[in-house]
Amino acid sequence: MSDPLPGLKAKDYASNQEVRWCPGCGDYSILTQVRKVFAELHLPRQQIVCVSGIGCSSRFPYYLETYGFHGIHGRALPIATGVKVANPELSVWVVTGDGDGLSIGGNHLIHAIRRNLDINILLFNNRIYGLTKGQTSPTSELGKRTKSTPWGSTENPIHPLAIAIGAEATFVARSLDVNTKHLAATLHRAAEHLGSSFIEIYQDCHVFNHGAFSYASDKDQRDDSVIYLEHGRPLIFGKNRDKGIRLNGLNPEVVKLGNGISEDDLLFHDERAREPSLAYLLSRMTVPEFPEPMGVFRCADAPRYETEMQNQMADAVDRMGPGNVQELLSSGGTWVVEAP
Amino acid sequence: MTTETATSKHVEIPVEEMDEVVIRFAGDSGDGMQLVGTQFTRSSAIFGNDVSTFPDYPAEIRAPAGSVAGVSGFQLTFSSHDVHTHGDSVDALVALNPAALKTGLADVRRGGAVIVNDDAFGKVNLQRAGYTSSPLDDDTVSGYKLYRVPITRLTREALKDTGLGTKQMDRCRNFLALGVIYWLYGRPMEPTLAWITEKFAKSPAVAKANTAVLKAGYYFGETCELFDHRYRVAKAALPPGQYRNVSGNLAAALGLITAAHLAGKELFYGSYPITPASEILHELSRHKNFRVKTFQAEDEIAAMASVIGAAFAGDLAATGTSGPGLALKSEAIGLGMMIELPMVIINVQRGGPSTGLPTKTEQADLLQSLFGRHGECPICVMAASSPSDCFDSVIEACRIAIRYMTPVILLTDGYIANGEEPWRIPAVADLSKIEVHHPDAPNSESGFLPYKRNDDLSRPWALPGTPGLRHRVGGLESEDLTGNVSYDADNHERMIRLRAAKIDNIADAVGDQDVVGPPEGDLLVVGWGGTSGAITSATERARSRGLPVADAIIRHIHPFPKNLGAIFDRYRTILVPELNMGQLRYVLRAEYGIEAVGLNKISGKPFMISEIESKIDEILESGGVQS
Repeated sequence: MSDPLPGLKAKDYASNQEVRWCPGCGDYSILTQVRKVFAELHLPRQQIVCVSGIGCSSRFPYYLETYGFHGIHGRALPIATGVKVANPELSVWVVTGDGDGLSIGGNHLIHAIRRNLDINILLFNNRIYGLTKGQTSPTSELGKRTKSTPWGSTENPIHPLAIAIGAEATFVARSLDVNTKHLAATLHRAAEHLGSSFIEIYQDCHVFNHGAFSYASDKDQRDDSVIYLEHGRPLIFGKNRDKGIRLNGLNPEVVKLGNGISEDDLLFHDERAREPSLAYLLSRMTVPEFPEPMGVFRCADAPRYETEMQNQMADAVDRMGPGNVQELLSSGGTWVVEAP
Repeated sequence: MTTETATSKHVEIPVEEMDEVVIRFAGDSGDGMQLVGTQFTRSSAIFGNDVSTFPDYPAEIRAPAGSVAGVSGFQLTFSSHDVHTHGDSVDALVALNPAALKTGLADVRRGGAVIVNDDAFGKVNLQRAGYTSSPLDDDTVSGYKLYRVPITRLTREALKDTGLGTKQMDRCRNFLALGVIYWLYGRPMEPTLAWITEKFAKSPAVAKANTAVLKAGYYFGETCELFDHRYRVAKAALPPGQYRNVSGNLAAALGLITAAHLAGKELFYGSYPITPASEILHELSRHKNFRVKTFQAEDEIAAMASVIGAAFAGDLAATGTSGPGLALKSEAIGLGMMIELPMVIINVQRGGPSTGLPTKTEQADLLQSLFGRHGECPICVMAASSPSDCFDSVIEACRIAIRYMTPVILLTDGYIANGEEPWRIPAVADLSKIEVHHPDAPNSESGFLPYKRNDDLSRPWALPGTPGLRHRVGGLESEDLTGNVSYDADNHERMIRLRAAKIDNIADAVGDQDVVGPPEGDLLVVGWGGTSGAITSATERARSRGLPVADAIIRHIHPFPKNLGAIFDRYRTILVPELNMGQLRYVLRAEYGIEAVGLNKISGKPFMISEIESKIDEILESGGVQS
């Protein structure tokens, strides 16, 4: 019963379980793109393990015809770490949300990223707690009124990408649930990257935070409030592509092209920069002051945890020979008691 | 007070035969007491004695120098017969400073030897220990044999031509003390000399210094005429075979590697450093050529979660922790039980609650292990009874975990984790394989059913990567057979009962409970875990005095062996000594409706044999009914 390859379609990655997100939820779009990308990448279904924590997004594994693990709140990443370390051949995908990944599981996010295991982390950011019916989340805006903050949130929101970059992420990207083409392309890039890939996906919660990202999705707003990153290209945006981002000292500023300002004066994107400073600077750009960047912020090569572990084991076998349990037990200073 | 000071004349020193000797080395936490204790243990074991040890050190790495809080001690019994504990009363206390004397003297038997570093009893050290005048010059040590050895001066003298600074010289003082004790008890120096050469291979100057000082101590004993006796403890009649010393933590690590070998699996060990369990992580981390994967997680929860992930993907997965860590792991252990994957959690218990007494021993996590989870979540709980038993127990825990597809908690404690004893090394070829079955084809006409159970009620362990067996597991209630999410009321009840019945089935695999001593009668002493040694010794002694006392050491606490209840019916009184407020007693009452007598101690210290023996006497003298 091995999987026929190639030839699998997106629908072949759909399990027989009924998808139970609210009508209009951004998760549907993401699920569709993930299945499509699996098919495009010809990933054998038995080689995929999708791991999640708790939250709306974390139902994801049930809807994929792959191996799946619906964990406990916040702990998808350490579960995924165990999976990947135990079998590095598996393609491991972690689906988490802003509550699961940045609140209860925030510590694991930092450490999974710094270890740079070859896993793909999709963080669905809807800036609200959906499954628990509408409390403030770590990415909710300052002043946001929710069920748990009726007087407005008094907490500064987390920038997920800044956290990832601060944890030395080797692949950092952002996309949007309804921009299916961009989302698919970004998932492709993440899958191809060797190391921890972190994608923040802006995702609309239709019930509790509808319209949170309308500035990025609405036709009449998005051109001025989103900027698409392209490696080696200047940062240009706007309906007429007449605006850009320029560096003024260490600070970005929005400038209008023309009147002596040319593309050459603009900041050029370099996703492979040695230092993550540029990626960090981009991660801090938020509306309304700036357009919010979409695409790959950073893509760097670095040793991977599970590969390094395999290398150390192989080295040890080379140097000491494969472990012999009897010799191990009989080491460390032995003596013999003779029969009387 | 008998005080001996060093003089030099030459007479033959008589040798006194002793059956068993208890020695404690004590000094400042930086004085190397653990090291000399370990060396003495090894030499005694190699000589052929049975040995049992108890390292006792403060939680602070370097408490204020010379203070009572900073005393680090290492106690051991070496014996010409089988021993089970580190010994009750100390025959010889080696005190490197006043604080060590102050903390240790009460444990020395009347007439016992107190060997002090005479040079360390200056004004400053006395003040640090809280003495207003020197205890060597007043009644403090009356009733003991006091030996004043100028350890610092002798050490410096032995090293005067080495060019070492005073500080460096003084770091060798522990070896001088060890040398004196080696002479006094007729131990061979060779194992330690060989160890020094190997350990300090990269710093020959240090090796040379320690060697010189050890010998200086030995020759001092021989020539100084300070001691009027030497002591000899004959070899114990141990079963023939190859031996080594093991601590419980070392034995647990070796057990995990062996279990992986027996199961034909790679070992994954995910753990977060915690006293007193970290040595298991350290030991396993060394053995990468066994393809042991150690993962130092960012916290206890991540450690447990990583173990679950590794089990899902097919490794033999285990973690080690202590009480606070077990509390943090509890939600994830519930997940492990719910999704039904094999994993082993070693809980090296320490004094609690909260941070408690991290370096001291206790048995107060039993109820946490049995019940510390939300929902109906029975877990298999076992307890190892001695350092070397950690090896066998870990292997059995792995065997049960795999056969029954479930987490197993193995309880050890600080006492047996750090304590050492000689261990007869098993022949790996004689150990039975751990059967593992990973399906490679669907188990029903409608495809693969991840929750279709076998006769044990265990579900199949299908590994990611296997074509045709794709499935999803999770913490939401699973539908029987398919594992799909189910909110169905009847299904939930059925699944809870199935999971509980599966755990109860483990009783099929654990065998009958053993009883030592009379099969029925007045008194049965019941114990578990690290107190087993003291219980065994106490009942042995009582029986040798003709008292009708039996003992039962319970390794399987959940589920209990099937015959346990019937055993209780055969004794008038059940005594349960525990280093807690009566946790096993509570469980026995709940399970069997018996009212056992408790002997409970919560001081962070292990039982003394005499404490249990006195209780046995008390019960039998009062006719056996007590509460």
